[in-house]
Amino acid sequence: MKKLFTATAVTALMAGSVHADEIKIGVILGFTGPIESLTPAMASGAELAMKEVSDSGLLLGGSTVVPVRADGTCVDSGAAVAAAERLITADKIDGIMGSDCSGVTGTILSNVALANEMVMISPSATSPGLSVAEDNGLFFRTAPSDARQGEVMTNVLMEEGVKEVALTYTNNDYGKGLADSFQAAFEAAGGSVTISAAHEDGKADYSAEIGALASAGGDRLVVAGYVDQGGSGIVRAALDAGAFETFHFPDGMIGARLEENFGNEIDGSTGQIPGTDSEGAAMLTKLVGDSFDATSSFVPESYDAAALILLAMQAAGSKASSDYKSKVMDVANQPGTVIFPGELAKGLQILKDGGEIDYVGATAVELIGPGESAGSYRQIKIDNGKITTVQYR
Amino acid sequence: MDLLNALVALSNFVLIPAIAYGSQLALGALGVTLIYGILRFSNFAHGDTMAFGTMVTVLFTWWFQSKGITIGPLPTALLALPFGIMGCIILILATDRIIYRFYRVQKAKPVIFVIVSLGVMFIMNGIVRFVIGPNDQRFLDGERFIISVRNFKALTGLQEGLAIKTTQGLTVITAIIVVGVLFYFLNHTRTGKSMRAYSDNEDLALLSGINPDKVVIITWLIVATLATIAGVLYGLDKSFKPFTYFQLLLPIFAAAIVGGLGNPIGAIAGGFTIAFSEVTITYAWKKVAIYVLPEGLKPDGLVQLLSTDYKFAVSFAILLIVLLFKPTGLFSGKSV
Repeated sequence: MKKLFTATAVTALMAGSVHADEIKIGVILGFTGPIESLTPAMASGAELAMKEVSDSGLLLGGSTVVPVRADGTCVDSGAAVAAAERLITADKIDGIMGSDCSGVTGTILSNVALANEMVMISPSATSPGLSVAEDNGLFFRTAPSDARQGEVMTNVLMEEGVKEVALTYTNNDYGKGLADSFQAAFEAAGGSVTISAAHEDGKADYSAEIGALASAGGDRLVVAGYVDQGGSGIVRAALDAGAFETFHFPDGMIGARLEENFGNEIDGSTGQIPGTDSEGAAMLTKLVGDSFDATSSFVPESYDAAALILLAMQAAGSKASSDYKSKVMDVANQPGTVIFPGELAKGLQILKDGGEIDYVGATAVELIGPGESAGSYRQIKIDNGKITTVQYR
Repeated sequence: MDLLNALVALSNFVLIPAIAYGSQLALGALGVTLIYGILRFSNFAHGDTMAFGTMVTVLFTWWFQSKGITIGPLPTALLALPFGIMGCIILILATDRIIYRFYRVQKAKPVIFVIVSLGVMFIMNGIVRFVIGPNDQRFLDGERFIISVRNFKALTGLQEGLAIKTTQGLTVITAIIVVGVLFYFLNHTRTGKSMRAYSDNEDLALLSGINPDKVVIITWLIVATLATIAGVLYGLDKSFKPFTYFQLLLPIFAAAIVGGLGNPIGAIAGGFTIAFSEVTITYAWKKVAIYVLPEGLKPDGLVQLLSTDYKFAVSFAILLIVLLFKPTGLFSGKSV
C-alpha cells in the first residue's frame, strides 16, 4: 500500500513537472449555433499558429502550446460563461483565443476575463460597443469594429449606384450594432434606408418580415444576419416572393453555405468581409495547404489572434496575463522586424534576443485605439453562383 | 389596374404565405388537439415528433434521389412520405408502449403526463440530432414554382408579381385532403365514433365495450401521420432544421389553444388565426396604399401598425384575449 502511495505521488509530481512546460490556450468559439459552419476552420487556424510555436521550441524556454477547445455557442451567454469558467478553473489556461460573436464575447469579458485577469483576443467580434467596454487592457480583437464596416458597406453600395436599400438584421448585439452603424453612414452619404427590420434567428416563418421589407422597397436588401440561421431564411423567402433580386451581405452572411444555398439565384449581389490582399494572407493559405480551408471567413484573424497571444508572452517573458497584456500592442505594431505567417519562430527568436517585432501576420495586423484592428475589407460579388473578390479596401 | 396591382401585392406577400403557414400550423395543431382530447394531456414532444417523421422522410428522399427515382415536377419527398409516416408510427408506438402506458395504467394526473412528454421531447430531439445532425437539410427537388414572379408579370402585364410555390400549393391541397379524411373518419366510421365516445366520457365508453387500448393506438397512428405530413410540408416549404421544429411548438400550441384544445375544427381555425395575425398586423401597407389611395393621399411612411419585432407578441396577445373572454377557446374545447 505504501508503495502504491509513493508511486502515485511520483506520477503526480512528474505530471506536474510536465505541466510547467505547457502553455494552454483556450479556444472558445461557437462550435454549435448560428455560425457553426465557420468555426471549425477558425479553430484550426488558431491551432496552426500554436503548433508552429510549439514546434519551434523557442517560446519561454521550449514550452509547448496546447489548445483547449470550448463551445461558446455564439448566442447563449450562460453556456459561454460556463465554458470560459471551466477553461480557467479546470484546464488552467493562460489566455483566451475568442470568443466569436459580439454578445458572448462581451459577456465572457465582463464576467470571466476581468474577474480572473485573463487576456482575450477575439478574431471576429465586431460590435462597436466592445470598443468602449471596460477591459483593464485585457481585451483585443484582430477584427475591425463594425463602425468601420458600416462605412465600407456604404462606399461599396454608393459606388454600385445603389441609393435606396431595405435593411434587415439579426436581433442581437452584432446585427443591431452593424445595422445602426451602417444606417448612420449610409444616410450621411446621402442614401436612404427605407426600413430597418429585425429578424429572429431559427424561427418558423419569415413571411411577415419579407412582407414589410418588400412593401418598404429599395434597390437592394441588406441582410446583416447569419448564413446558418435566419439570414438564409430571409434571403430564401425574399427570392421566392420576388421581393428583391440582389442583396448586400456583410461578414456574417459570407461563407460556403451561401453558395450552396443559393448558387446563381443571387448573382449580382455584393458584400464585404474583413480581409486583406497583403502577402500575409497568401502565405497563410500556402502554409495551411490542404488540411483545411484557409480562405474561410475569419481564419486569418484566428491565426493572428493566437500568434499575438504567444508572441506577447515571449516579449514579456511570462505566461501570466497580467504580465503580457501590455505587450500585445507592442508586438502587433511598429517598430520592429516585420513578421509574416510561418515566421513565428523568427519572431520568437528576435524577442528572445531582446529585439522588437512588428507582427503583420495574415491580416496586416495594426491594432489601434482600444486594441482593435484598423480594418481592411475584401469586397466580394456573387458571380455565376461563386463568391468572387472584387477588390480590397 | 391599380386595384388589381394592390390585390396582387397583397396576395403575394400576405395571403398566400399566410394560407400556407396557416395550413402547416393547422396540421400540427390537429395532432396536439387530438392527443389532448383523447389521451388528455398536452404533448410537448409534438414538435420533435414532427422532426423525427420528417427526418425519416428526408433520409428516404435522399435514397430515392440517389437511385434516380423521382416523380416529375413534384418533390420526391411525397414518394418517401409513407415511409416517413411508417418510421414515425414505429417510434411513437414504441414510446407509448415503453413510457406512456406505464403512467396510463397508474391513472397518473395530466400534469405528470405533460412532464413525461417533456422528457420524451428531449430524447426525440437528441435522436434526431444524433442521426441527421443539427444543420439545415435541403431535400426539395422538382419544379419550384407553380407560377413565378417573372412569368406572372409577363403573363398579365401587371407591375406587381405573384409567386405561388409548388410547396405552397401542395401544402394547401394536402391539408384540405387530410382534414377531409380525418373528419370523415371521426364522424362517420365506427372507430372514429368510439374515439369520440372515449374522449367524451372514458368510463361510459369502457362500459359500452369500447376497447381503450385500441382507441389509444389508433390515436397515436393518426397523430404520427399528421405530425409527419405537417413536418414534411413545412420542411419542403422552408427547410429542415431540428431546432426550428422545436421552436414550432410555440405557434402550434398557441393555435390549438386559441381554437379550443380538444376541438379539431378549432385547431384549424386557430392555425389560420395565428398565421394571419402574425403576417397582417405587422405588414407595411405602404405598397398597397400607394396603388389604392388617390394621388394626394399617398403615404410617405410605411403604414405599419407594429414593427415585425412584435409578431410573436401579436399571436400571444390574441391568445391572452381569447383565454380571458372565452377560456375554452374560440370553438369551445375542453377547459384546461
